[in-house]
Amino acid sequence: MELLFALVIGTLTASGIYLLLRARTFPVIMGLTLLSYGVNLFLFATGRLATGQQPVIGTAATYADPLPQALVLTAIVIGFAMTAFLVVLSLRSLADNQDDHVNGEGREMSASSKQEREVASK
Amino acid sequence: MSLPLVVLLPFLGAIAAPLFAQGGRTAIAIASSVPALIALAALFPHWSVLSAGGTVLESYEWLPALGLSFSFRLDGLALLFALLILVIGLLVILYAHYYLEAKENVAKFYALLLCFKGSMLGIVLSGNLLLMLIFWELTSLTSFLLISFWTHKQDARRGARLALTVTGGGGLALLAGILLIGNIVGSFELEDVLAAGDQIKAHALYPVALTLVLLGAFTKSAQFPFHFWLPHAMQAPTPVSAYLHSATMVKAGIFLMARLYPALAGTEQWFYMVSFTGLVTLLFGAYVAMFKHDLKGLLAYSTVSHLGLITLLLGMGTQLATVAAVFHVINHAIFKASLFMAAGIIEHETGTRDMRRINGLWRYMPHTATLAMVAAASMGGVPLLNGFLSKEMFFAESLQLNLPGLWSWVPPIVATLAGIFAIAYSARFIHDVFFNGKPVDLPIFPPHEPPRYMKIPVEILVFACIMVGIFPTFSVGPLLYSAASATLGFDAPDYQLAVIHGLNLPLLMSFLALFGGLLMYSQRQRFFDFHARFPEIDEKAVFETVISKFVNLAHRFTKQVENGSLQRYAMLLVLSVIAVVVLPIADNGFHIGENGLSTIDWPTAIAAGVLMISALATVLWHRERFYALVLLSVVGLIVSLAFARFSAPDLAMTQLSVEVVTIVLLMLALYYMPSWTPVESSKAQRIRDALIALAAGTGMTLITLAMLTQPFSSISEFFLENSKSGGGGTNVVNVILVDFRGFDTLGEITVLAIAALGIYSMLKNTALTPPPGDGLGHAWTRDHYPLMLRQIARPMLPLALMVSAYIFLRGHNLPGGGFIAGLITSVALILQYIASGMIWTQERIPFRYHNIIGLGLLFATITGTGSLAFGYPFLTSTFGYITWPVVGKFEVASAMVFDLGVYLAVIGATLLALVSIGRLSPHSAIKSNQESV
Repeated sequence: MELLFALVIGTLTASGIYLLLRARTFPVIMGLTLLSYGVNLFLFATGRLATGQQPVIGTAATYADPLPQALVLTAIVIGFAMTAFLVVLSLRSLADNQDDHVNGEGREMSASSKQEREVASK
Repeated sequence: MSLPLVVLLPFLGAIAAPLFAQGGRTAIAIASSVPALIALAALFPHWSVLSAGGTVLESYEWLPALGLSFSFRLDGLALLFALLILVIGLLVILYAHYYLEAKENVAKFYALLLCFKGSMLGIVLSGNLLLMLIFWELTSLTSFLLISFWTHKQDARRGARLALTVTGGGGLALLAGILLIGNIVGSFELEDVLAAGDQIKAHALYPVALTLVLLGAFTKSAQFPFHFWLPHAMQAPTPVSAYLHSATMVKAGIFLMARLYPALAGTEQWFYMVSFTGLVTLLFGAYVAMFKHDLKGLLAYSTVSHLGLITLLLGMGTQLATVAAVFHVINHAIFKASLFMAAGIIEHETGTRDMRRINGLWRYMPHTATLAMVAAASMGGVPLLNGFLSKEMFFAESLQLNLPGLWSWVPPIVATLAGIFAIAYSARFIHDVFFNGKPVDLPIFPPHEPPRYMKIPVEILVFACIMVGIFPTFSVGPLLYSAASATLGFDAPDYQLAVIHGLNLPLLMSFLALFGGLLMYSQRQRFFDFHARFPEIDEKAVFETVISKFVNLAHRFTKQVENGSLQRYAMLLVLSVIAVVVLPIADNGFHIGENGLSTIDWPTAIAAGVLMISALATVLWHRERFYALVLLSVVGLIVSLAFARFSAPDLAMTQLSVEVVTIVLLMLALYYMPSWTPVESSKAQRIRDALIALAAGTGMTLITLAMLTQPFSSISEFFLENSKSGGGGTNVVNVILVDFRGFDTLGEITVLAIAALGIYSMLKNTALTPPPGDGLGHAWTRDHYPLMLRQIARPMLPLALMVSAYIFLRGHNLPGGGFIAGLITSVALILQYIASGMIWTQERIPFRYHNIIGLGLLFATITGTGSLAFGYPFLTSTFGYITWPVVGKFEVASAMVFDLGVYLAVIGATLLALVSIGRLSPHSAIKSNQESV
C-alpha cells in the first residue's frame, strides 16, 4: 500500500511540475493544483496510513494521527485561497497585457519598459 | 545629569529652534544659541575636578547584554574638544545669521547645525565606544545634510555624497575595529579599554584592530589617500565649512586617535602607520594648496595639510609630540575658523571666490583684510601668533626621532619643506587677495565692508590667535596641560610654553621656512607652469564614474539573474529543490525503513490507478483547457476519497467541498481566457521539462516511501487524551483546529480574508471581455440561465443550508465543523448565482461579503480575547452542557463561537472571490429569464 501511495504522490508531483513549467497561466494554475494535491497527501501521510481509525474519540480502538489531518485541513483551505488569488492575478494580467503568457508583457521585456527601468534607476 | 544634558541639549534645540521661525531670523539664531550657553554653564563646574587630574563619569544602562550603555565621560581632552565645539559653534551661529540670505531656509540650517553639534559633543563625551560610534555615524549623516544644504546645486549634492561615502565607509571599518577591541578587552566602556592598553597591544588581533580603527580616523580626518572628500565638501555654505573643517567633523578622527592613544599607541605599527600617513598628508596638502585658485579650495587643502601635521605628531609617539598635537588642535581650530569666515565675507561681498579675480581688496575692506591677514600669518606660522608656537614644537620634535641612519633626516626636512609651502600659500592668501593690483571683473563691484556684527566672530578668533601667540601659558596653559595629560593617560611632562626658546635649530627651521616660502611665492609663476603640466584630477568625477560603473554592473547582474521570465524562475526553483534533496541522498544513500509494506486491496488500487491516469491525462491534454479541467476534477475527487479511505473523514469532506469551489472558480476563469494553449516551446524544451518533472516525481516517490516505512512517534497522544476532557469534543481534528491550535486557525482565516480582499481590489476596476465563443467556433448559448438548473437549484438552497448547519453543530464531536459547513454554504449560494444570475441572487442577499468576513474575524477574535477577561490566556476555551427541549442534552463550548467565526469568514472569503470574478462579465448584468418573462 505504501508503495502505491508513494507512486500516487510521485505522479501528482511530476504532472504538477511539468504543467508548472508551461508558458501560459492556465496550465500553470492547473499544475499548482496538482502539485498541492500531492503535497497535501504527503503531509497527510506523515501520520502514516491507517484504515478505519478515524480520530473521533469512542469510534475506534486506536486512532489515526489527528495532527497532520488538522494541518492538512487548513492547508487545503489556504491552498484554495492561494489558487483563487493566482487565478485573479492571471485574469488581471490577461486584462492588462491582452495576453496570458506567464512572462507578461508579450514574452520578452519590451524596449519601452527597459527604458523606463533604466530611467527609474537613475 | 549634566553630561548627558550637554549632549542632549543641541538635539532638543534642533527641535525647538524651528518653532521660532515665526519670530524671524534673529529669534531663531538666539534660540539656537541657548543650548550651547546652557552646556557651557553645565560644564564649567566640572573644571575643578579636571584641573586636579580627575575624570567625571556618568553612566546609565541601555543594552547591558550588548555592552552598550549611556556612559558619559569628561576629562581634559573631552573638555577641550567640547569647548571648541561649543564656542566656535556659537560664533558660527552669529556669523551664519549674516551670511545666509533672507530667502533661505534658516530654520532648517540651524536645526541641522544643532543636530551636528549634538553628535560631535556625543563623540567627545561618550564613555562607551559603541555609544561613540553611534554619534560618529550621526556626524556623517548630519554633515551630509549640511554639505548638501543648497540642494539645488548638483556639485553640493555630489560633494555631500562623496563625503558620506568616504566617512561612512570609514565608520564601518571603525565599527569592526571597535568590536574587535571590545572583544579583546571584554568591555566597551572607555575606562576599561584605556586601562587595558597592554592587553590590547599584546593580542594577536591588535594589528587588525588598529588598522580598522585608523581607517575610521583617517577617512574622517581626510588623511591621504582619503583626503579627496574634503575639498569637495567646500560646496557647503561657508559657515558650515568654517565649523566642519576647523573645530569639528575633521577633528573627530584626530580626537579618536588621541582618545585611544593610551590603548593603541606606542607600538611600531602605530608609529609607522600614523606618522607616515601624517607625513604624506602634511606635504601633499601643503603643496596642492598653493595651486588652488579657489579661496576655499586653498583653505581646504591647507586643512588637509594641518590635519596631516597633527596626525604626524600623534604618530611620533613621544610625549612632547603629543602635547604639540593637542596644542595644534586648538590653534588650527582658531585660525582656520576665522579664515573660513573671512573667506565667506569676501565671497559675500565680491560674489566670487576666484583669487585670479579677487585682487587689491585692501582698498575696499581694510578691516576685514587686517583680520584675515593676521589669521593667515598664524596659519603660515609667523612668530607672535598661535600657529607659530605649535609649529615650533613640531619642528623641535621632528629632530628628536630616533630613526636609523639617514632616515632621521627625513622628518626635519619634510617639516621644513611643508613649512615653506605653508608660508607660500599663506602669502598667496594675503598678497593675492588684498594687494596685487586691482580686482578683475567682480560680480559685485565695488566691494565694501560687511555688516558690523558679521565681523565680530572673526575678531574674537583673531584676538584669540594673538592672545595664545603672545601669552600662551596664561591663555591656554591649564587647559592644554589637562588635555595633554588625558591624552597620554598620565601627567604630561614638563614643557615650556614660551614665545621664543632662544636661538636654536627649530627657530632656524622656522626662519628657513619663512624666507623659503616668501621666495617660493615670489617665483610662483614658475611653479604654476610646472604644476599645470600635470592633468588635474577631479576626484568627484572619478568617484561618480566608479559608482556608476558599480551600478551598471549590478544592473547587468540583475538582468542576468532576473530576466522577467517566470518560466525560468520556476525551473530554477524546482532544480534547486531537487538539488537540495539529491545531495544528502548522494551522501548517505537511500534506505527503505524496516516497517515493511502493507497489503493492497483492489478498490484502493483501482482508485489509485484512475487517479494517476487522470493526472497524466491532464498533462497530456492540457492544451484543451476544458477537458484538462474535467480530468483535473477527477483527480481532486479521488484525493478526497483517499482521505476518506485512510481514516480522515474531515479532510475528505473539506477536500470535496473545496474541489467543487475550485472547479467553479477555474471554469469562471476559463470563460475569460483562451480555451486553448498554443504550442510555443520547442521539443527539446518539453523533453527537458519532462525530465525535470520526472526527477521531481521520482524524488517524491522515494521520499514518501522511505518515510512511510519508518517507525514513528507522534506528539498527538496529548491531543487524543485531552480532547474530550480539555476541549470538550470528541472530534480531535476539530478540537485541534478551534481549541489547541486556535491561534493558528485565527491566523489562517485572516489569510483567507486578506486573499479575498486582495482579489476584490485587484479586480475592482478591471475590464475583461470574454471571447465571443468557446474557441471552437461555437457561440455561447443565449439561454444564460437554464430552466432545469434554476428549478433544481432553488429548493436545494434551504436543504443545503440545513445540512451545513447540521455539519457545523456536530463538528466538535463528529466529522464536520466551521470550515466544512462554510464551504457547503458557499457551494449552495454559488449554485444560486450560476442558476439565476448575479442580479437575481444579489437582490435576495441583502448583505455585502466584506461585512461577513469582518464579522467572522470579529467573532473569532472576540472569543479569543474573551478568555483574557476571565484571566486566562488568549483563546482559552471553556464548555458546558445545557438541556434543550426535544434535542436533549447539548454541549455548548466557547470554541463553537470561534468556529462560527471560521464559518462566516470562509463563506465571506469564498463568495467575495467568486462574485468578484463573475461580476467582470458583461453578461452578469443580464437578468434572469424568469424576471424578464
